Amino acid sequence: MRDVHYAIGGREIFTGVDIAVRRGRITAIMGPSGAGKTTLLKLITAQIFANRGQVRVFGHDLASLNSREIYTLRGRIGMLFQNGALLTDMDVFDNVAFPVREHTDLSESLIRTLVLLKLESVGLRGAAQLMPGELSGGMARRVALARAIVMDPELLIYDEPFVGLDPISLGVILRLIKRMNEALGITTIVVSHDVQELATIADDSYLLSGGRIAASGSPAQLAASTAPAVRQFMTGGAEGPVAFHYPAPDYVTQLLTPDGE
Amino acid sequence: MNSVRHNGFLLGGIRRLGAVMIFLGQLVMQCLPALGRPRLLLHQIYNAGARSLIIIMLSGLFVGMVLGLQGYELLQRFGSEEALGSAAALGLLKELGPVVTALLFAGRAGTALTSEIGLMRATDQLTAMEIMAVDPMRYVAAPRFLGGVIAMPLLAAIFSVIGLYGAQLIGVQLMSVDKGVFWSQMQGSIGMRDVVEGVVKSLIFGIACSLIAVHEGYHAEPTAEGVGLATTRTVVASSVLTLLLDYVLTAAFLRGT
Repeated sequence: MRDVHYAIGGREIFTGVDIAVRRGRITAIMGPSGAGKTTLLKLITAQIFANRGQVRVFGHDLASLNSREIYTLRGRIGMLFQNGALLTDMDVFDNVAFPVREHTDLSESLIRTLVLLKLESVGLRGAAQLMPGELSGGMARRVALARAIVMDPELLIYDEPFVGLDPISLGVILRLIKRMNEALGITTIVVSHDVQELATIADDSYLLSGGRIAASGSPAQLAASTAPAVRQFMTGGAEGPVAFHYPAPDYVTQLLTPDGE
Repeated sequence: MNSVRHNGFLLGGIRRLGAVMIFLGQLVMQCLPALGRPRLLLHQIYNAGARSLIIIMLSGLFVGMVLGLQGYELLQRFGSEEALGSAAALGLLKELGPVVTALLFAGRAGTALTSEIGLMRATDQLTAMEIMAVDPMRYVAAPRFLGGVIAMPLLAAIFSVIGLYGAQLIGVQLMSVDKGVFWSQMQGSIGMRDVVEGVVKSLIFGIACSLIAVHEGYHAEPTAEGVGLATTRTVVASSVLTLLLDYVLTAAFLRGT
């Protein structure tokens, strides 16, 4: 991404964002809630387009592609959504098989083998016949991960993969992200605000704040940074560039003023 | 000030109508690929059609029975109660069958379609499909639209048949209209044109109701409130449009006679 500007409804989300994701590495994009992390993923997957600047994926400028080319490009990308986004009218097996059935003419026996392999890799081969409603949050995310890798993508994107998980599920997902990257050599982008977790797996990190990249480097470099925005985010401080209080009139004046005056 | 507001309202309405027409065009373009996936289509015909059968049959029976009662009472005043068969058949085939079926369809299948697609939007399922390079218009919207369009005339036909049975039940079994007269009067007065009118109406109502249901669901705000509002809009818009179209179609058919 180069000098990306994006605004929606008159509100500036990005004012010149530069990010380079290196092939085969795990890149963490961090930032406080509302910093535009999910919007950034939408830009990378061409769900929305930058007002200014350039977003290039696999060497293609997304703004120059037509919808057919975008769909072709997306065939090389896998994405894990925050809530899994499993198709609720299919069981686990059919969810994982869905992209394969849609994009290939493989026989059902081959699809079965492929799906079971992917489910085994996330430890859920035994859950193949369960419906999404029967899965815990961590299991749903692992199924979604199996679906995301079933077409052997070159780029795997995780949107807030640790949100709402218990420590065991969180550890499992963390190890899976690392293993997928190492074993399959998939270029990985993880968007999250879980600093400690990301620090253990990320090769490169970017910190989004105020519509720009506030800091970048290895997780250790970010942790050692003395910049106020980085310090506040890394240590979870209530006071700093990101204010705890939403802008409001003076506290005492407001309390002492009758309603409507 | 009022005229500015009036113009804004008018422009908003035109813009909305234009958006729905563009959506219809996109749906129609995806209908051919959807026809090539018979299992998906059959599943949607089952959802929109078979799952509405009970309500359609029950309503058809009661509407037919009321028609039998009211028709007999009215015709008796003129001493022509033997015309009950043809009156009930004409009323059901040309008007009540298509219209009441469409209203019930909007309330049962239409709301189910809107809320299902709306929830798919709210839970990122449609976005996930796009990321998996699967066009949700082709996979989700078009089969559901086609399923509704195909199911509606079938449901209207079932409604009319059950309604006729209900009218016969009251007229013949309760009010002692001669059974032979009831059926022969009906056979004598109903022509293919009447049947075609009913089929055309139900087909057009099917297109309108399915289009509204799928469009509202597809463009619902991805929140609980948004899906609720979209579902309400489906019922209101489908019902009003059905009655409006019914008037237009009836006038067109009468003009053609």
